[in-house]
Amino acid sequence: MRIAPEIVLCAFGIIIMVAAPFAEHSYTEHKGRKVLDALAVIGTLGALAAIWFPAHNNGAAFSNVLITDGFSVFVHAIVGVVVLLVILAAPSYLDRERLPHGEFLALVLFSATGMGVLAGAQELITAFVGLEVSSISSYILASYRRDNPRSNEAAMKYFLLGSFATAFFLYGIALVFGSTGTTFLPLIDAAATARSTMLTLGFALLFVGLAFKVAAAPFQLWTPDVYEGAPAPVTALLSTGPKAAAFALFLRILASVNAANHIWFWAIWISAILTMTFGNLTAAVQSNVKRMLAYSSVAHAGYILVAFAAGNILGVAAALFYLAAYALMKVGAFTTLAWLGGTGEQNMEIDDFAGLAHKRPIAAACFSLFLLSLLGMPVTAGFLAKFYVFDAALHGRLIWLTVILALNTIVGAYYYLRVIVAMYMREPKREFPSERIPFGVAAVLTLASAGIIYLGILPSRVMDFAIRAAQHLR
Amino acid sequence: MTMAIPLLTVLVFFPVVGALALLLLRSDDHVWIRRLALAVGIGEFGISLRLLTSFDSQASGYQLEELHNWISQPLIHYHLGIDGISLFLVLLTTLLTPISILASWNSIGERVKGFFVCLLVLEAGVIGVFVSLDLFLFFLFWEVMLIPMYFLIGIWGHERRIYAALKFILYTMFGSILMLVGILWLFNTTGTFDLPVIQTLLQSGRVSFTPTVEMLLFGAFFLAFAIKVPLFPFHTWLPDAHTEAPTAGSIMLAGVLLKMGTYGMLRFCLPLFPAAARRLAPEIAVLAIIGIIYGALVAMVQTDLKRLVAYTSVSHLGFVVLGIFAMSAMSVQGALYQMLNHGISTGALFLLVGMLYDRRHTHEMTEFGGLATPMPVFAAFFLFVSLSSLGLPMLNGFVGEFLILNGTFTQHAMWATFGAIGVIFSSVYLLWAYQKTFYGGVTVEKNRALPDASSREKSLLWVLAAIILFMGVASPVFTSRTENSVRQVLEQMKPAEKAQPINAHAGDPSHTTLTTERAR
Repeated sequence: MRIAPEIVLCAFGIIIMVAAPFAEHSYTEHKGRKVLDALAVIGTLGALAAIWFPAHNNGAAFSNVLITDGFSVFVHAIVGVVVLLVILAAPSYLDRERLPHGEFLALVLFSATGMGVLAGAQELITAFVGLEVSSISSYILASYRRDNPRSNEAAMKYFLLGSFATAFFLYGIALVFGSTGTTFLPLIDAAATARSTMLTLGFALLFVGLAFKVAAAPFQLWTPDVYEGAPAPVTALLSTGPKAAAFALFLRILASVNAANHIWFWAIWISAILTMTFGNLTAAVQSNVKRMLAYSSVAHAGYILVAFAAGNILGVAAALFYLAAYALMKVGAFTTLAWLGGTGEQNMEIDDFAGLAHKRPIAAACFSLFLLSLLGMPVTAGFLAKFYVFDAALHGRLIWLTVILALNTIVGAYYYLRVIVAMYMREPKREFPSERIPFGVAAVLTLASAGIIYLGILPSRVMDFAIRAAQHLR
Repeated sequence: MTMAIPLLTVLVFFPVVGALALLLLRSDDHVWIRRLALAVGIGEFGISLRLLTSFDSQASGYQLEELHNWISQPLIHYHLGIDGISLFLVLLTTLLTPISILASWNSIGERVKGFFVCLLVLEAGVIGVFVSLDLFLFFLFWEVMLIPMYFLIGIWGHERRIYAALKFILYTMFGSILMLVGILWLFNTTGTFDLPVIQTLLQSGRVSFTPTVEMLLFGAFFLAFAIKVPLFPFHTWLPDAHTEAPTAGSIMLAGVLLKMGTYGMLRFCLPLFPAAARRLAPEIAVLAIIGIIYGALVAMVQTDLKRLVAYTSVSHLGFVVLGIFAMSAMSVQGALYQMLNHGISTGALFLLVGMLYDRRHTHEMTEFGGLATPMPVFAAFFLFVSLSSLGLPMLNGFVGEFLILNGTFTQHAMWATFGAIGVIFSSVYLLWAYQKTFYGGVTVEKNRALPDASSREKSLLWVLAAIILFMGVASPVFTSRTENSVRQVLEQMKPAEKAQPINAHAGDPSHTTLTTERAR
């Protein structure tokens, strides 16, 4: 039962996929779509509950290709929460854009399965399978607005570049296998001959593939276009879920395979600086809020890389905590964008948010909370996440990296505050939709806000869990 | 030691509770919103008076301490405590908040609820800064109070408010994020965030820094505080923020927020990094003196009354920094006293300027002139407050400036000489501005019909004027309570072998006093 979450997700995905044609045979058929939505929510909740099984049954699974330890449970939890929030928020968006529900929900669930496999993989081909399952679902989801050229462009870019990256990944696996004769992560160290060039090259290619997935410099250029073009709920999923899963695999390789990690400190160090700086500087000049959030995702990936560079248990735990906090913030932010953007996502400029606080004070307050958390304001999860990264970096004696991280936070403050300024301090430039907020969106905003404040004030439980998870990794 | 009522926690969170209660009111019920806000403000002040009665001026160390475990990894405590230094700063905050609320009674017309919510949350944050004894908690409150201030300036301010608000927050955050790096570095070396524990570790010599590291740490903390004070050349955010803020915002900003910087210098920079502080004191004193004189000179040429008052802040707080870094007991006492003085006098000045703005919607002195004719009572108060600000004997400003200059003179005569020039300059710009605004004939016709101070305004001004006079003639009421803490700060700066560990003889106050006397 160690793969219970994946089984549940897969099963519900298949059920929805099979039921979809029956439920949605005409656009006027509301009830059918609601059944599908409900099924998806139940499936995700079931998967979250099913995490209980691997959590209490640590060990290898599925012929040893997967391992359930504290680390994989933590990442499963993050992925589960992200998927739950996306599935809650998506239906109202899909209704407004007149897009079918069934395929969307099924694809999201399948993508979640792939991410779960990635989180628990201890064998490289399985990791590849997980990577592919989650990626292919993402490619299709990115192009979900079939009639929109931006969406198609985004998906095309994502697909081509993603396939290249996966090819690198596969080639890396081949080289690793060639030099050690095994693809099982725990066995690589024993089988590795010292200083083998082929092994180093293999890991280098592996990291290129993974770096693409987490949008680390210099492989981050696809992120803004893809995140901007994809439908907003999909962006919410893309910016958090696959990133968390890929970071998890990255961490696992670095932590458990000694042959891999001693060379890579400088590569990660440089990548962290480039990623942070690129992300923040380019976000600062954006006027489109969605694109700005996309570039800021790149910046946050850079912050997580700083935690990687620290190379101690605190660093791994900090990265995990950051992923959890970051997931909540980003899903909340993109959900708000999805709702307020209007049909066809036309209203995404900063000016379109001007005066929002007047008309929809609660939505503006929630969005401000997400932005303040992304900024790193105390009392929010984002501050503690950055704080832990700072702490880990200073423990690892990375003074320069810490100072650069601090300076980047200031640049971040500038562009996040700009949106808050527009919402609260400017006159409205357009009419805002006056309908009631859809239930799903309200649920997501509430859950995300509550989670952010909870993590910001009482992080001990989650952080202790993260530290134990990090210790499991060694 | 557990108290029956955790007074400090109540003080910090009562305004937050009040703000939450405000949120429940209807947005257009302006009458009750104002009344509830005022009630919370006055209630908070009443609670803070309890501090005076609970404070023991003979005891050393922190009082009314509250210590709870908060976060387990890394170990962070919820640690509050008060001593002579923070006692009156907290009282200043709780006094100025209801005054700010009353000052904005009629001038804020839209988003009234949000305004008072921001004001109350600001008060909570500032009090939290003054009573936190855990570095993490201190930083948390320090950052948290930025957001309400940002909103206060940006939403309810004047024309260039967005620019001013953004400049304020980015400038301050820049300093504070480097302070965070410093805090974490300190944590890594000492293993704790708890201030008293860190002080004991550093004093006993169990943890020590190389000179370079100490200098860097001092710099990280000092930069954040220097930006807040503001110390020349980090002062450029101040004139814009002050001028564009609404009256209540300016009162809180000048009256209380700027003191957070000087408080930080006294609480952290001096006791934790004494060698670096001593090494850099001359340079910092030079910056302070430049601030005094430069602030005064720029104030002299202002035509905008509010901007003039803003520059007086730069000048006056230069005195405070000078007093702190002269590092004699008298000058530091004077610096603390001057912090309180500046809060009251400059708060009152901004209040008065705000009242003028309420009538004429301008700060330009050319729009005024001869106002003593239609508004004699108002003019009298303005003169009184100006005299306090420039340091007329018998009023509060004199006590502070005298203590600072005298204390500085004993250590560094040159510094005091230059500082004294600033006193002369402050008379120039204040009296000049007063003359331009109030004396002479009425130059602009519509000023003839201006109403004099209303009863609400008069009550506020009487309170402040009474405090000014009281602080001028009865200063021992205050200095007797701050004396011990100031001495303790300076004691902690002495090298470990000479000074007795202050907290080791807890419960035996006579022994402590005796040994510190001998160690002098």
